Amino acid sequence: MKKEQMLKSERRMKAILSVVLAIICVIYVLPVVTVVMNSFKQNTYVKTDTFAIPNKETSAGWGNFIKGMTFGNYPFWKAALYSLMITVLSTGLIILFTSMAAWYIARVNSKLCKLIYYLCVFSMVVPFQMVMYTLSKTADQLKLNTPWTIPIVYLGFGAGLAIFMFVGFVKSIPLEIEEAASIDGCGPVKTFFQVVFPMLRPTMISVGILEIMWVWNDYLLPYLVLDINSYRTIPIQIQYLKGSYGTVDLGATMALILLSIIPVIIFYLLCQKYIIKGVAAGAVKG
Amino acid sequence: MRRKKLTPMQRWGWLFLGPVVAAFIIGFVWPFIQGIYLSLCKFTLIRDAKFNGISNYIDAFKDASFMHAFWYTALFAIVSLVLINVLAFTVAYFLTQGIKGSNIFRTVFFMPNLIGGIVLGYIWSMIFDGILSHMNTSILMETKYGFWGLIILMLWQQIGYMMIIYIAGLQAVPDDMLEAAKIDGASKWQTLKKVTIPNVMPSITICMFLSLTNGFKLFDQNLALNGGGQPFIQQADGSVVKTTEMLALNIYNTFYGQNTAAKGVAQAKAVVFFILVAGIGLAQLAYTRKKEVQQ
Repeated sequence: MKKEQMLKSERRMKAILSVVLAIICVIYVLPVVTVVMNSFKQNTYVKTDTFAIPNKETSAGWGNFIKGMTFGNYPFWKAALYSLMITVLSTGLIILFTSMAAWYIARVNSKLCKLIYYLCVFSMVVPFQMVMYTLSKTADQLKLNTPWTIPIVYLGFGAGLAIFMFVGFVKSIPLEIEEAASIDGCGPVKTFFQVVFPMLRPTMISVGILEIMWVWNDYLLPYLVLDINSYRTIPIQIQYLKGSYGTVDLGATMALILLSIIPVIIFYLLCQKYIIKGVAAGAVKG
Repeated sequence: MRRKKLTPMQRWGWLFLGPVVAAFIIGFVWPFIQGIYLSLCKFTLIRDAKFNGISNYIDAFKDASFMHAFWYTALFAIVSLVLINVLAFTVAYFLTQGIKGSNIFRTVFFMPNLIGGIVLGYIWSMIFDGILSHMNTSILMETKYGFWGLIILMLWQQIGYMMIIYIAGLQAVPDDMLEAAKIDGASKWQTLKKVTIPNVMPSITICMFLSLTNGFKLFDQNLALNGGGQPFIQQADGSVVKTTEMLALNIYNTFYGQNTAAKGVAQAKAVVFFILVAGIGLAQLAYTRKKEVQQ
C-alpha cells in the first residue's frame, strides 16, 4: 500500500518534470523562431516589433531574402559555396593525412614519432591568438590565401586533436591483424589502406564531425588568411555586413542568418547520433 | 625482432608523416616560434623587426585596456563556469531519470552548439536590442548589459554541450550501487550526494576545465554581440578602455587597431594569453593524472 503510494507520487513527479522540461525546450527554440519571424520583416520593424509575428504592415515578404543574396556587393551563394568547399576539403585532408600519420606514430617507436606526437598534444592547448598574426603572414607568403589552398592551413593548425584521437584508437587495435597482412605479402601502404583505414571508421566519423563543426563556423582564421575582397565564407560575409559601419538592413541580415542555419540544422537532425558521439569523444581530451 | 619487422614500414615514413609534418610546420610550429621571437621585437612589418628585449611585455602590463580585459575575462569565465555546470548537470540528471521525451529534449538542448559564434552573436544582439530598445537603450550602451547578455548567450550555447558529457557520465554510474542505496533507504538527495556525484567526478572535472578555457578563449561571440567591446571609457591619459572587451579580442584589437606600432605589444599579450590558457590546460592534465593514480 505504501509502496504503491510512492510509485504514484514518483510517476506524478516525472510527469511534472516532463512538462517543465518541455516548457524550457520551447524557450530554447525561441531565439531561432525570432530569427525566422524577423527575416520576413521590414528593416525598421526588427528593432521595434522584434517579438511580433510579421503582419501586413511590417512584412517584407521574400524581399529580405532577395536583397540579402546580393548584399554588400557580394553574392551570398558564393560565400556559401566557399564555406562548403573549404569545409569539405579541409575535413577530407585532415582525415586522410592525420590517420596516416597517427598509424605510423602508434606503430613505429622512434624519437621523431614521439616528438611529433608531443608537439601535437602541445598544439591543442595553444590559443589561436598566439599564432594568428604570424600564421596569416606565413600563409600569405606561401600563397595559401585561396579557398583551394587554405585547407593546408587547417590541416596544420588542426592536426593536433585529430592525431591525438587517431593514435588513441590505433593503439587499441590488436597488432595481429596487421601482422597477418604483412605475412600475406602486403607492404605498409597496402596494409594501411586496405586493412587499417577501414577499421578507423568510428574515429574518422568523430574527427570528421569535430572538424566540420570547427571549420564551417570558423571566422577569424579565414578572415585573416583569405583575400576577403574575392573570397568570403558565410561567417565572414555576415560579420562584414553587420560589423561594418553605415546603415545595416537588419531584416536582410536575419534572412541571411536563417539561410545559414537551415543547412546546419538539417545536418544536425540527419547525423545527430554521430554528432553527439563525436562531441563526447572529443571532449575527453579536454 | 619487432624492430626488424618494422623496417619496411620506416622506409615509407616520408609518405605517412610527410604531409602532416609539412602542414604542421607551416600552420603551427613556425608561426609559434616566430611569434615568440616577435614578442621581443619592435615591428610594423615582420621583415624590419628589431630586437627590443622585454619592453613589449612591460608595455602590455602597463596597458590599462589589457588589465581590464584580463579581470573582465576572469570574472566572465568564473561566472559562466558556475552557471553552465550547475544548469547542465541539473538538466542531465533529470534527462537520465527515464522521463518521457528525454531524447527530444536532448536534441533541442544541444542544437545551439552547431551555430557559429558570429551568427550566435547577431541573433542575440537582435533579441537583446529588441527588448532594450523599449527602454531607449541598447546592449552596446552599458557594460552590465554586455556582460549578462554574453553570459545568457553562452548558457544557451554551452549547456547542451556540457549536458552531453554529464549524461555520458551519469549513465556510467553502476546500477547496483544506486540499487544498494535505495535498499539501504537513502533518499534521492542522499543518493545524489553520496553515490552519483562522486561517481561522475571525472565528467565534472572535464566540464569545469572545458568551460573555463572556453570562457578564456571566447572571441567570435564577444566580437559580434558586444560590437567589438563597446561601450568605451576614455582614460585620463587619453587611451581608451573598451569595457566589454575580453582578452582574445583585446589582442586582436591591438594587432589590427589604428596604432600600427603596437604589433610587438600585441604579440607579447598573445604570449601571456597563451601561457595563461596553457597553464589551465596543464593544471587539468596534472589534476586528472593525480585522480587516476588515486583510483
